[in-house]
Amino acid sequence: MTIYRSHVLVCGGTPCVLKGARTLKDLLLKEIERYQLSDEIRVVETGCLGPCDDGPVLIVYPEGAMYSKLKPTDILKIVEHHLLKGRIVEELVFRERKSSAGALQGSAVPLEQEKYLSLQKRVVLRNCGRINPDSIDEYIANNGYLALGQAVTTLTSDQVVKIVADSKLQGRGGAGFPTGLKWSFTAKTTSDQKYIICNADEGEPGTFKDRLIMEGDPHGIIEGMAIAGYAVGASQGIIYIRGEYGLSIERMKNAIKQATDYGLLGKKILGTEFNFEIDVRSGAGAYVCGEETALIESLEGNRGEPRVKPPFPGIAGLWGKPTIVNNVETLANIAPIILNGPEWFRSIGTENCPGTKVFTMLGDINNQGLVEVPMGITLREIVYEVGGGIPGGRGFKMAQTGGTSGGCLPSEFLDMPMDYDTLSKVGSALGSGAMLIIDDTHCIVDVLKSFMKFFCHESCGKCTPCREGTTRLYEIVLALSEGTATDTEIQLLKELSGAMQLSALCGLGQSAPNSLLTCLNFFADEFQAHLNGQCPSGICKNLTIESEAV
Amino acid sequence: MEMVKVTVDNQQVEVPKGSTILEAAKKVGIKIPTLCYHEDLDVKAMCRICVVEVVGARTLQAACSQPVSDGMVIITNSPAVRRARKINLELLLSNHPQDCLNCVRNQRCELQSLADQLGVQQQRFRPKTKTKSPRDESTAALIRDPEKCILCRRCVEVCHQVQSVGAISPANRGIDTEIAPAGGVDLNDVACVQCGQCSLVCPVGAIYEQDHTERVWSALADSSKHVVVQTAPAIRVSIGEEFGLEPGQVSTGKLVAALRRLGFARVFDTDFTADLTIIEEGHELLERLNKGGTLPMITSCSPGWIKFIEHFYPEYLAHLSTCKSPQQMFGALAKTYYAEKTGIDPKDIYVVSIMPCTAKKYECGRPEMTDSGYADVDAALTTRELAKMIRLAGIDFASLPEEEYDAPLGISTGAAVIFGASGGVMEAALRTVYEVVTEETLASVDFKAVRGLEGIKEAEVDLKGTKVKVAVANGLGNARKLMDLIKEGKADYQFIEIMCCPGGCIGGGGQPIPTTNAIREKRIKAIYDADLGLPLRKSHENPAVKTLYEEFLKKPLGEKSHHLLHTDYTKRGKYPEAANR
Ligand SMILES: Cc1cc2nc3c(=O)[nH]c(=O)nc-3n(C[C@H](O)[C@H](O)[C@H](O)COP(=O)(O)O)c2cc1C
Ligand code: SF4
Ligand code: SF4
Ligand code: SF4
Ligand code: SF4
Ligand code: FES
Ligand code: FES
Repeated sequence: MTIYRSHVLVCGGTPCVLKGARTLKDLLLKEIERYQLSDEIRVVETGCLGPCDDGPVLIVYPEGAMYSKLKPTDILKIVEHHLLKGRIVEELVFRERKSSAGALQGSAVPLEQEKYLSLQKRVVLRNCGRINPDSIDEYIANNGYLALGQAVTTLTSDQVVKIVADSKLQGRGGAGFPTGLKWSFTAKTTSDQKYIICNADEGEPGTFKDRLIMEGDPHGIIEGMAIAGYAVGASQGIIYIRGEYGLSIERMKNAIKQATDYGLLGKKILGTEFNFEIDVRSGAGAYVCGEETALIESLEGNRGEPRVKPPFPGIAGLWGKPTIVNNVETLANIAPIILNGPEWFRSIGTENCPGTKVFTMLGDINNQGLVEVPMGITLREIVYEVGGGIPGGRGFKMAQTGGTSGGCLPSEFLDMPMDYDTLSKVGSALGSGAMLIIDDTHCIVDVLKSFMKFFCHESCGKCTPCREGTTRLYEIVLALSEGTATDTEIQLLKELSGAMQLSALCGLGQSAPNSLLTCLNFFADEFQAHLNGQCPSGICKNLTIESEAV
Repeated sequence: MEMVKVTVDNQQVEVPKGSTILEAAKKVGIKIPTLCYHEDLDVKAMCRICVVEVVGARTLQAACSQPVSDGMVIITNSPAVRRARKINLELLLSNHPQDCLNCVRNQRCELQSLADQLGVQQQRFRPKTKTKSPRDESTAALIRDPEKCILCRRCVEVCHQVQSVGAISPANRGIDTEIAPAGGVDLNDVACVQCGQCSLVCPVGAIYEQDHTERVWSALADSSKHVVVQTAPAIRVSIGEEFGLEPGQVSTGKLVAALRRLGFARVFDTDFTADLTIIEEGHELLERLNKGGTLPMITSCSPGWIKFIEHFYPEYLAHLSTCKSPQQMFGALAKTYYAEKTGIDPKDIYVVSIMPCTAKKYECGRPEMTDSGYADVDAALTTRELAKMIRLAGIDFASLPEEEYDAPLGISTGAAVIFGASGGVMEAALRTVYEVVTEETLASVDFKAVRGLEGIKEAEVDLKGTKVKVAVANGLGNARKLMDLIKEGKADYQFIEIMCCPGGCIGGGGQPIPTTNAIREKRIKAIYDADLGLPLRKSHENPAVKTLYEEFLKKPLGEKSHHLLHTDYTKRGKYPEAANR
């Protein structure tokens, strides 16, 4: 076995590839060969390393030096100075845009030494950026497939369900439904066929955590799915991946092939009676297709629209058979839970919502990107520590938590812990973990206009409140921004929002008014100003700025 | 049956497990308002009008689809419930033309009556600005008006599941959603069979029949025209419902009286040609049995069924009887035999038919239906359209006297009346074929095995040694099942009756709204009551038909019959290009 002096991890995430990472990798290999370093230095392509905005990036181990914004000439320098002579090329080393922070996922070793290391906790991203995602051997070398082995050889299905239930793991796809409970319903059914569906549709704008996990650690998902299959008695898995995620599809397919070649998927896994196969299917693209029953409809070749529940998929899902639908991140938690036990998992995060959560930080924040932190981190920590604060030192106006369907929280909530329970109590949600930070230069009405437009576009058209209501919400918010809304329309807006939350068929229509209602509540003055023909932020055209009017 | 206990508005009630909240509420006397829900269909949970509170649930629940569970506490009338229902209704109304006065469904519209029930009195949303697709008037039988559609999808289920045609489906998304033929083409460019079952379940005026009343009024007003009318067997058991009579009553005499008052010169009965059909078709069957013709032979009196087989099973057209439908036989004879007999120039004869069916409008316009030298039938009115004319004329239907059909084309037997129900053509044919073949009188004329709403029925008859196995299907979904059996070589029948509409013509697409399965049952019962009450119950005993053969046709399957009473069929494809050849 060859011992390599150094490993170079070249980011193979989509943004970096688009910026020429593959060409750089080829150049790197050529240069390494030219200096006859091929026996000493190994080049590995990895999943997204985190700071996509600064791509293409690569990391050299053991030093853990991350280089960013790379050009071909930089590669020549890195090979000549760092790889050949052992001197880090300081001027190319990646720096956080705001030096105080440093917990961006994947920014790897050098940053881990920085002071905010304590905020990070890698469970689902344990391998991302650290192993070659195209190598099952590296996954196995990092305890990969150990949990599956343990489960199928030493645990009964019921024991696996119990471990997951005891861990209190909640689904990471949005609703936060207890995973163990979900599995237990399906485990109790009898059927000739059951399915495990991994929901990798990831339709939430700006979010790409599931992609990162698939591209960085595909075997982690496969292992989670196989364990789920063993736990509930399913022999067929399906990964439903957003169509645009070309690299994820490629990586997942490759990983499935490797696992099948190694006998970790297929018939009689590890010599037991357990059979499990996985297919990859690519999604049609609509946001609502991420909703589990719409996803199933789409898999069956129908129009992507939610079904009436009950029956729930766990009882009658794909082709009418019991079906588990779990998010990528949920499944990536399974192997560590089996390996380390439920107590270990519950020691992370909060009491009711244990474990970690991958957050996507978007909007007016210095460090845009992904971070995995324990559940219950406060909004302030996310914004000012992990996220490096707001650009230009501007003030915090609000954060929309949980993606487009979440509520908006003003600064009073900065010290609120971010977990499923707490957020739902204040009319917001943790959702998939997208955090949109909005600074004080923005106008609430203007921001809401774009949120409402999103839902008009994404409503599937099946049920009345959402099909017709999303358009009406947008219409009234638009009227506010143009100064033509009336008091009674604001009243109607509230009534309509309430009716949608209570009576829409699926989560999309039910949560479409969340941002609007929280804003109506927390920024009442700003709405009143718009009714009076003023836009305090001076953003809505046709309206005056309050201070000028006075 | 396992029962569960639930509380609805403080009243305890026990219902079978799996019942919906709607059903449980009904049991305690609460009628929860609904819109997309239809008692015979699976479609539900779309409109969100029926929402109720379930204690402990995060959101309101759709009563039409939510099953009850033991101990469930339901509140059907709370401020939140009332508000959500009303908002949802207002949303629908705000995207709907304010056009009731000009609408076919005015005063017979589920949306309109809901607005009244839920107390909507004011339009709070801004007037609609977006327009939907234009009205589709491409087919001979139906008009689709996307502006009026409230997207309940009842029609989609009927077209796909009940009829297995699949001509219309939801298209586009969100606010742009419409029910439309695939690919944005016109209804005439897809394999729609024009059965009108969609128009029967539509709660509003978004799918309805092409109007033929105007042309009928003009003909009636034209003194140069001799306007005769024929009534299909199924009209007499349904027309009364349009005037407030309970479903299941036979109104033959009043129907005749009303038509006479509308000004028709002669009031005739399609039953006359139904009897004639039995003679022709019975002989055709015997000929096929004796001479090794294509079997099973399948009936051909239902134009929606004919269009269906032409689209979906064109390679099986040889199985169809070549007999025209009774409507078309009538038209062909009215403008030949009747014209000769009365000395009226056939060009001045105007034939109107009253049909339970929208596809009859399409049928009478088929290019081959001109064997008399003219359009054999000039106008086909649905039961609903006739009712509209009677109302317009100010005729008080309920108080009309009972009158008799005119001779000779109004004389018929009970065998013809039962054409109106699924299994009736088969039973009528068996009554005649048995007696013709065995030359014995039937002990009992009732073949009960082929009666009723069940989708596919079978029977076997012993014709003095030769056993004849028959099958009956109603609704095109069931027709498809039978055709697939034939395709797989698994159908050993000699004779099959197929009716396009569930229950047969009594459930046709032109019948009064509502037409539900429960109402169908009542109309079926009425049909057999009418049969029982008649002195003659076998087609070959019809004296007017006998005279027709003596005076004109000479013999069954003869040359004249061949020319006037038989037809051939057209291969059509499943797909737009082929459908539109
Ligand atoms: C409109 C809508 C979109 C959704 N999109 C996603 C998605 O992209 N990915 C996902 O995992 N779950 C999504 N969900 C949640 C799923 O319906 C489902 O709850 C989830 O996949 C279950 O997995 P979990 O229990 O592991 O969270 C969406 C839900 C709604 C209502
Ligand atoms: S809430 Fe919206 S997305 Fe969900 S079923 Fe209704 S129309 Fe479709
Ligand atoms: S469909 Fe009903 S509500 Fe609409 S215009 Fe016609 S009668 Fe009025
Ligand atoms: S007329 Fe019949 S075939 Fe045509 S759309 Fe309506 S239900 Fe479908
Ligand atoms: S056409 Fe009528 S039945 Fe069909 S969806 Fe529209 S309203 Fe419902
Ligand atoms: S894709 Fe390279 S850092 Fe994200
Ligand atoms: S009647 Fe229940 S949702 Fe339409």
